[in-house]
Amino acid sequence: MMTNTQDIQFSKEAMEKVQKIISRYPSDRKKSALIPILHIAQAEFDGWLSPQTMDYVASILNIQSIEVYEVASFYSMFNLEPVGNCLIEVCRTSSCWLCGAEDIIDHIENKLGISVGETTPDGMFTLKAVECLGSCGTAPMMQVGADYHENLTIEKVDNLFDQFRNENKKSRYC
Amino acid sequence: MSKKLLLKNDHIPGINTLATYKENGGYAVLTNALKNLSPDAIVEEVKKSGLRGRGGAGFPTGMKWSFLAKPEGVPRYLVCNADESEPGTFKDRYLMERIPHLLVEGMILSSFALGANTSYIYIRGEYFYVANILEKAIDEAYQAGYLGKNILGTGFNLDLYVQVGAGAYICGEETALLESLEGKRGNPRIKPPFPAVAGLYGCPTVVNNVETIAAVVPIIEMGGEEYAKIGIGKSTGTKLISASGHINKPGVYEIELGLPVEEFIYSEEWCGGIRGGRKMKAVVAGGSSVPILPTELILKTVNGEPRLMSYESLGDGGFISGTMLGSGGFIVMDEETSIVKNLYTFSRFYHHESCGQCSPCREGIGWMERILEKILDGRGTLADIDLLWDIQSKIEGKTICPLGEAAAWPVAAAIRHFRPEFEAYVTNPDSIKDIKHYYRLKN
Repeated sequence: MMTNTQDIQFSKEAMEKVQKIISRYPSDRKKSALIPILHIAQAEFDGWLSPQTMDYVASILNIQSIEVYEVASFYSMFNLEPVGNCLIEVCRTSSCWLCGAEDIIDHIENKLGISVGETTPDGMFTLKAVECLGSCGTAPMMQVGADYHENLTIEKVDNLFDQFRNENKKSRYC
Repeated sequence: MSKKLLLKNDHIPGINTLATYKENGGYAVLTNALKNLSPDAIVEEVKKSGLRGRGGAGFPTGMKWSFLAKPEGVPRYLVCNADESEPGTFKDRYLMERIPHLLVEGMILSSFALGANTSYIYIRGEYFYVANILEKAIDEAYQAGYLGKNILGTGFNLDLYVQVGAGAYICGEETALLESLEGKRGNPRIKPPFPAVAGLYGCPTVVNNVETIAAVVPIIEMGGEEYAKIGIGKSTGTKLISASGHINKPGVYEIELGLPVEEFIYSEEWCGGIRGGRKMKAVVAGGSSVPILPTELILKTVNGEPRLMSYESLGDGGFISGTMLGSGGFIVMDEETSIVKNLYTFSRFYHHESCGQCSPCREGIGWMERILEKILDGRGTLADIDLLWDIQSKIEGKTICPLGEAAAWPVAAAIRHFRPEFEAYVTNPDSIKDIKHYYRLKN
């Protein structure tokens, strides 16, 4: 069922980006723009994709809502539930594990008082453990929104979190 | 053996800009080729070079190009696979970040050779900042007349775009990548038809890895025959190796194929030996999906010959005693590493990344992950080890795409070469300290 999408609108700048992306594909293949547009939507609307946001994207591309849902639910970068201002994703696959990723995850859990998959009560941080992000030579690492932080040590993590708190940081998604 | 073709200029400040890239000879190969070579002549040089796909499969690039169907009035596409997601692999990221114009130049050259007028670089979503670097390089190339209409007055038109993915290892499989590029879930297609006949939007399409396309530039510069003299046997040219794990100098290295593995690991020029002066236990030489080998087999073949960094030498002995060059994701493990735990991270990875189309992969990898979890938790039995072996053998070869094999091979190799370690976990679980904490297991 279509949800009312009247309240959801891209900003002028975002809409310009969306139109530019759509122009990259043959006119009968606009659906190709779906994934890039979902990234823009996530960046515009608090770091996650609500059903209303997805319906809005469907209306822009003139496709069925289900075509957006099935794609959004397939790719791990799309958040289908609200996330904290700062989305912290720590890699835990082989090379990062070999270089101490679990100590980093433990430390962040203790520091924030939450477990992997949870958001702090103040809505500031969401912590996730993720699979290989292509940073194996600079392990361990974490991604915060679109930003890579590599060669992590406990001390480096502490400094980063101090910085995030001081800046009242909101993740940048694209 | 430090022959450099791709990374010869990576240390030059500002090499990511068009101006500096050009000052160092950039776009000269393209300019010369567009004016003096026919598309077929470029394909011929690539064939002669012996270049093999650098994404992992190692299929001859010139042959792949020659399969491209050319029906009248139907557009053809070149798609660059920059979805680098194989654990242990980060070379394409380095190349695109440092020398984006090398990829752009390679894309224009290859598009010209294949007769493509629209080309895409599909990059994994997490590499957002790299996508921005590429976009900037492409903008510069448009302004300089290397992209767009009537390039350098030759009449050749090309539009080049970057497309970001959104977190799915499977989109590195070329037909899944094409599905994703069409705005769909990344479900691999049943082949045939191959992309060379029916790829993007049902049109003939070539999908090549970043490093493969970048290598076309030096190949056309020196000629295919000269390129084929570099390397060893059928492993021609140079290869980017992503070195990680317990080594002193992790990073991306360009090696001439044929370099001895031992030299690569221990020489100061490359990995610089094992961290903390420890001994080496095992190596995953070509990304997470290739068989792990213990020290004695990665350094020497069963015949006692030194193992070389080449497709043939790493493959010597088949899967009984050999492995694969794969993507060049070279993960080194020291003597204190638990092979079982490392394998668990691989199975967890593949379970997470299965697209879910084929039951053996969707269900089987989850079973393997849970059995490994059980073994690590000290609740395993000897029969579980046999069960793991049985499951992996029933995934291999029974799925639409190679993700099934990619998940099965590491399990088979770990048991083949390190079975006593699995048995120790099972027969003496008390020896495993604090495993629940260490592995973040429930209970």
